[in-house]
Amino acid sequence: MRIHCPYCGERGVEEYSYRGDATVRRPDANGPDALERFVEYLHLRDNPAGSHQEFWQHLHGCRAWLVVQRDVRTHAIESVVAASRRVAR
Amino acid sequence: MMTEKQPFRLATGGLVDRAAPLNFSFDGRAITGFAGDTLASALLANGVRLVGRSFKYHRPRGILSAGVEEPNALVEHRSGSRREPNSRATVLELYDGLVATSQNRWPSLRCDLLSVNSWVSSFIAAGFYYKTFMWPASFWERIYEPMIRRAAGLGRTAPAHDPDTYEKATAFCDVLVIGGGPAGIAAAVAAGRTGARVILCDEDFVLGGGLLGDKAEIDGESGVDWARTMAGELAAMPEVSVMGRTSVTGVYDGGVFGAVQRVSDHLPEPPVHQPRLRFWRIVARRSILAAGAIERPIAFGNNDRPGVMLAGSVRTYINRYGVAPGRRAVIFANNDGAAGTLDDLAAAGVGVAAVVDSRDGGSAAVSAAAARHGAVMHAGAMVTQAHGGHGLRSVEVLTSDRQRERISCDLLAMSGGWNPTIHLTSHLSGRPRWDEAAAAFLPGSLPPGMTVAGAATGNADLNACLASGAANGLAAAHDCGFSGRLPFWRGYGSGDGQSHRPVQPLWRVPGARGKAFIDFQSDVTTDDIDLSVREGFGAAEHVKRYTALGMATDQGKTSNVAALGVLAEIAGTDMASQGTTTFRPPYTPVAIGALAGHARGMDFHPRRLSPAHPFETEQGAVFVEAGAWLRAQYYPRPGETWLQSAEREVRTVRGGAGICDVSTLGKIDIQGPDARAFIERIYCNNFAGLQPGRARYGLMLREDGFVLDDGVTMCFSDTHFVMSTTTANAPVVMQHMEFHHQCVWPELDVQLTSVTEQWAQFSVAGPLSRELLRRVVDRQHDIANESFPFMSVAQVTVAGVTARLARVSFSGELAYEIAIPAQYGDSLLRELMRQGEAFGVCLYGTEALAIMRIEKGHVAGGELNGHTTAADLGLGKMMSAKKDYVGRILAQRPALRDPERPTLVGLLPLDHGSQVRAGAHLVASGQVANLENDEGYVTSSAYSPMLGRWIALGLLASGNNRTGEVVRACDPLRGTESLVEICSPQFYDPTGERLHG
Amino acid sequence: MRAWRDAEPRPQYDVVIVGGGGHGLATAYYLAKEHGISNIAVLEKSYIGSGNVGRNTTIIRSNYLHPANARFYERSLKLWEGLEQDLNYNVMVSQRGVLNLFHSDGQRDAFARRGNAMRLNDIDAGLLDEAEVRRLLPYLDFDNARFPIRGGLLQPRGGTVRHDAVAWGYARGADRRGVDIIQNCEVTGIHIERGRVTGVETNRGVIRAAKVALCCAGNSSRVATMAGLRLPIESHVMQAFVTESVKPLVDMVVTFGAGHFYISQSNRGGLVFGGDIDGYNSYAQRGNLPTVEAVMESAMALMPGLGRLRVLRQWGGLMDMSMDGSPIIGLTPVEGIYLNAGWCYGGFKATPASGWCFAWTIARNQPHELNAPFRLDRFASGHVIDEKGAGAQPNLH
Repeated sequence: MRIHCPYCGERGVEEYSYRGDATVRRPDANGPDALERFVEYLHLRDNPAGSHQEFWQHLHGCRAWLVVQRDVRTHAIESVVAASRRVAR
Repeated sequence: MMTEKQPFRLATGGLVDRAAPLNFSFDGRAITGFAGDTLASALLANGVRLVGRSFKYHRPRGILSAGVEEPNALVEHRSGSRREPNSRATVLELYDGLVATSQNRWPSLRCDLLSVNSWVSSFIAAGFYYKTFMWPASFWERIYEPMIRRAAGLGRTAPAHDPDTYEKATAFCDVLVIGGGPAGIAAAVAAGRTGARVILCDEDFVLGGGLLGDKAEIDGESGVDWARTMAGELAAMPEVSVMGRTSVTGVYDGGVFGAVQRVSDHLPEPPVHQPRLRFWRIVARRSILAAGAIERPIAFGNNDRPGVMLAGSVRTYINRYGVAPGRRAVIFANNDGAAGTLDDLAAAGVGVAAVVDSRDGGSAAVSAAAARHGAVMHAGAMVTQAHGGHGLRSVEVLTSDRQRERISCDLLAMSGGWNPTIHLTSHLSGRPRWDEAAAAFLPGSLPPGMTVAGAATGNADLNACLASGAANGLAAAHDCGFSGRLPFWRGYGSGDGQSHRPVQPLWRVPGARGKAFIDFQSDVTTDDIDLSVREGFGAAEHVKRYTALGMATDQGKTSNVAALGVLAEIAGTDMASQGTTTFRPPYTPVAIGALAGHARGMDFHPRRLSPAHPFETEQGAVFVEAGAWLRAQYYPRPGETWLQSAEREVRTVRGGAGICDVSTLGKIDIQGPDARAFIERIYCNNFAGLQPGRARYGLMLREDGFVLDDGVTMCFSDTHFVMSTTTANAPVVMQHMEFHHQCVWPELDVQLTSVTEQWAQFSVAGPLSRELLRRVVDRQHDIANESFPFMSVAQVTVAGVTARLARVSFSGELAYEIAIPAQYGDSLLRELMRQGEAFGVCLYGTEALAIMRIEKGHVAGGELNGHTTAADLGLGKMMSAKKDYVGRILAQRPALRDPERPTLVGLLPLDHGSQVRAGAHLVASGQVANLENDEGYVTSSAYSPMLGRWIALGLLASGNNRTGEVVRACDPLRGTESLVEICSPQFYDPTGERLHG
Repeated sequence: MRAWRDAEPRPQYDVVIVGGGGHGLATAYYLAKEHGISNIAVLEKSYIGSGNVGRNTTIIRSNYLHPANARFYERSLKLWEGLEQDLNYNVMVSQRGVLNLFHSDGQRDAFARRGNAMRLNDIDAGLLDEAEVRRLLPYLDFDNARFPIRGGLLQPRGGTVRHDAVAWGYARGADRRGVDIIQNCEVTGIHIERGRVTGVETNRGVIRAAKVALCCAGNSSRVATMAGLRLPIESHVMQAFVTESVKPLVDMVVTFGAGHFYISQSNRGGLVFGGDIDGYNSYAQRGNLPTVEAVMESAMALMPGLGRLRVLRQWGGLMDMSMDGSPIIGLTPVEGIYLNAGWCYGGFKATPASGWCFAWTIARNQPHELNAPFRLDRFASGHVIDEKGAGAQPNLH
């Protein structure tokens, strides 16, 4: 598998580190149901068999965290953007 | 060495060099072949037909094929530490001095006592093991299984460590061509002429593929000469690499291919500085699979006898190696390829006793060839049985009018048609589909960027191969932005115009007598498949798993499709409804050494060394692995044990001064307007009030509320902090912080940089440490007790070099950490030691460091084990209630706040002489030591020179409230148990006075 | 005689088990044998045993630290020890020992803690020093190792089992007790009325049942979604490898402590080994080269005599990677739906106890004390079972 880092170009997956679902967002710690929200945030996953939005870090490169859209049935990569530049929800 | 004649070598012809004899040995017998031979062709040339024994029945086996699909002719290649079991004689390139030994036989190949398995085979048919050996229960492990294990396996691995080296390399190209036959060559030339970067990989040691075993012509020259001409053109193209002896073994995501290059396997030993094998990762934008096809055997009685061979391989031995694989042949086929086989055998002077064409009415082409060469023609007939033990003597033919006829012969050339070599197309989950017209499995969905050319498409016609190769080659280059013209070649195969396609596949001969093998090496017969279906294991995958079909070293290349065919016959359905067969990597077996490359021994992982490593080595340090780092563990003086050394080091520090290399601690430089805000969210304790020039101990949690790491963070300005982490967690903490910065709070304006490697850092500890530092730090810096109190930090200079000084302590003594740019690290340590001589300073290692931190009750790896909360470690009060930080919310979950959780305690053995070891479990005294009564465990222990006894830290249920209680420290693993008193974890200087000295 | 009938689905069962792998078949077997419930269908979308029961490295052991794990896996090991006689089917339980090597003092301490926990639970464990390891396994690299071997934690009763035979043996046993094993039957929907399950929809029609048990590790999230459940699970791919068959060499299961690597030798002679998961979500049942290479590097670091031995096959299995590295066996918020999931790469060795406990849970509508800790809501309460202390990140377990 090869991932196109927006800063470094296409690199082998061995340069990257993975960290799961990128659709989840850290909840407001001061919200009324914060505990429940944090339990969900940290643990519950859609885990779809299809297109999946996920965090990768170009660990052995520029160290940018990326949001990668990838089909987990075929490993085909659909898009990559830097996590810090993705459009806020 | 005496050389023998080669009785089966033809006088002329082939690609072997008769002027270059090569001596080799097989089972100790000295034999001679020629350059250009494989071990198999050289053995055949010398009339050696019995080469190995089968896996289960130990049946005598010869040479079936001339390629990678070989199931029978497996040998141990080389000897001693270079011994390679299960080497296929058919692809083993002959070299002078080659040593090969037959395997899986005892005492000898001709007389194998385990061949009795063959006579009791009705008892050890498929699935036999599952239904027996259970009773009596104790017999399985004591008697049956050891017997089975001893009998299993083929060759033997090397008895010692592999002396050869291996390499890995990565290559990038536009077009990767897999296979060097006519289609592959055409593809590479077509793509290469456009200027595209092309890699052509061919597993053989001569380019040409099927052309080498055939008598084809292309554009007026022989197929072999054409391949040479093209190889010359490819070699002249700067952007083209032709990699011979290179097998593409796997397809991976993103256009990545794995390939093994046999750099030295054809040589007695690898040349100096050359590896045995080189593993290539090839990254290709487009690929063309031109891997040819593998001929199908036919299942009839005793079809495994030495002398029964694949017809195309017979032709290869004749045409490529100049070897007659027998004296008197019978041909058995279901396709028109028989005509070419007949022509080649006749041309080689091998008598053809009969041609048996299984097709009703035979075919005109085959009949004409038989008539041409005076061979008896049996159309609509079948070979039902072979006779002969160690070598074929005759075959029994069931003629179209149901007569049984016995024909003596020593060679049977069989062909059940061809299976396109499409293995690589299914490595990315593509499922081959049965094509009724081709009577073969053809590629289903292809890996992205791959096309298929040549015989792998199911059409082996030479012109079709050339045309599909050229067209795919050019198209692939086009896709990569190159353009050129479509080359055209016209070829004439030896059976030009004939189709290799069988009208109807022939998987097994009806009325066959004797064992009819589908998987030769695993000894799976047609009866085994019948049995499997009868017992309910009818799904194709169940058959494989129940009978072990396809599990042998040939990976089912000659058996998987045939098994599906037999299953379809049993079920009375067509092939398509039997599903399909898929293939996983590797295409051919790959040496573990190749996939590991250089990574073994000391080169398994890189070593990280402190900048002061040279000086520490000079000082006699004993080093220990700490993750990737090597750290000085202790500095023994002559005659000292590690414990004596560590004890002396502790006493020296506590009594005067010592220096410890702490360069391995993680250092993260944090800068930016939001640096402080960011740190506030990462650490659970308060950093809002930390002033420039000051440092603070910080504790960080994971988001799940458990402790991640601790360390001291220094504030140099409101926008510049330097955080230190534990050695072990440095990479994890850095990644944790980068994640939260970039993914969670990208709005914070802060920059994080790991500077672990940029700074050497030393702890200078002990009552005399300040005096020592005064002699090292440049004079203008005031480090007096009052002006530079505990937890102060400053930028200083040492001999004019910028350094950082922090008054922090892990040992509990008056102590400092001084950091300097890494290139000065070794010099600084030398200078500190030189200046410290007057104070009796010593270097201390991680052992003394650990003892002192345990004496002080500081937590480290044993306690920061991912299972502990801040409160567990006695640090619950650090958790701020006034801010949000990582881990704050989930730390409030009930299980994490349970008052009965194990918490940090000190442990003192009641018996001063006894030792408590980390890993012992704590049980209330008077209770039975079992899991129900398990209340905690010892996390760290040490012999305290200051207390003169063993001390330990542990985690104990409700430990905070149990000071003074005596519990049992149970260590059944090491057979010890002791009573320990629970105390404060601060064993030494509990009030911390020494810090401020 | 057929090992099991090729059953046609009937319109209604007492219990429908989704997934004809080891756990599903074992659950059916124990429901019938221990709880007298035999009106059961096991629905398998492909052929039985096509998932992880036939794609693992066949290791059994109970060398766990956490009390819940220790108790559960020890029960499993005990069931393994009597399984052949229970099933009258030889699954070739081979207790040749499982040895975890350690390479540092810190690792030794952690292993000692674990070994002592085992001993306190009456599980066999022994701590070996370097000399003892050298005597047992002289072919390991002791003298030129980047991470020298300092010793090992041995569980003599650990070992291997012929993996496919486990599925077949349970299938045969369940079938003899009246269970319908239905292959090529894929569940496409789950019917729920007023918070209660009423049945499943399949490619072979609707099947009604008041109890539906999910045993489809690797695909748990997909199936649970049909019941409106979102799980603390990611699906990952794990690769494994087998070499060509060679004469006996490795007599026990050995794990390398300085890299993700474990190896044993099958009764056929192939060395079976594997390493870490690839580390990213996947439903592809195949992995990539970096993991392959990392595994081989560990192989050579540990056993440099393997260089010339060839890898014959590599394959991938789908792992239900849970958030704390431990399984989920129990009730769900939907009445009548029972969940058996999240096995990470520990599922094979758990097969008997998993089936046994799950059968109990289904029959009595409450968990057995052995599987009570493995409940779905433990993440909310914080009662996580995090053997390694790695935190809520599946690819670190």
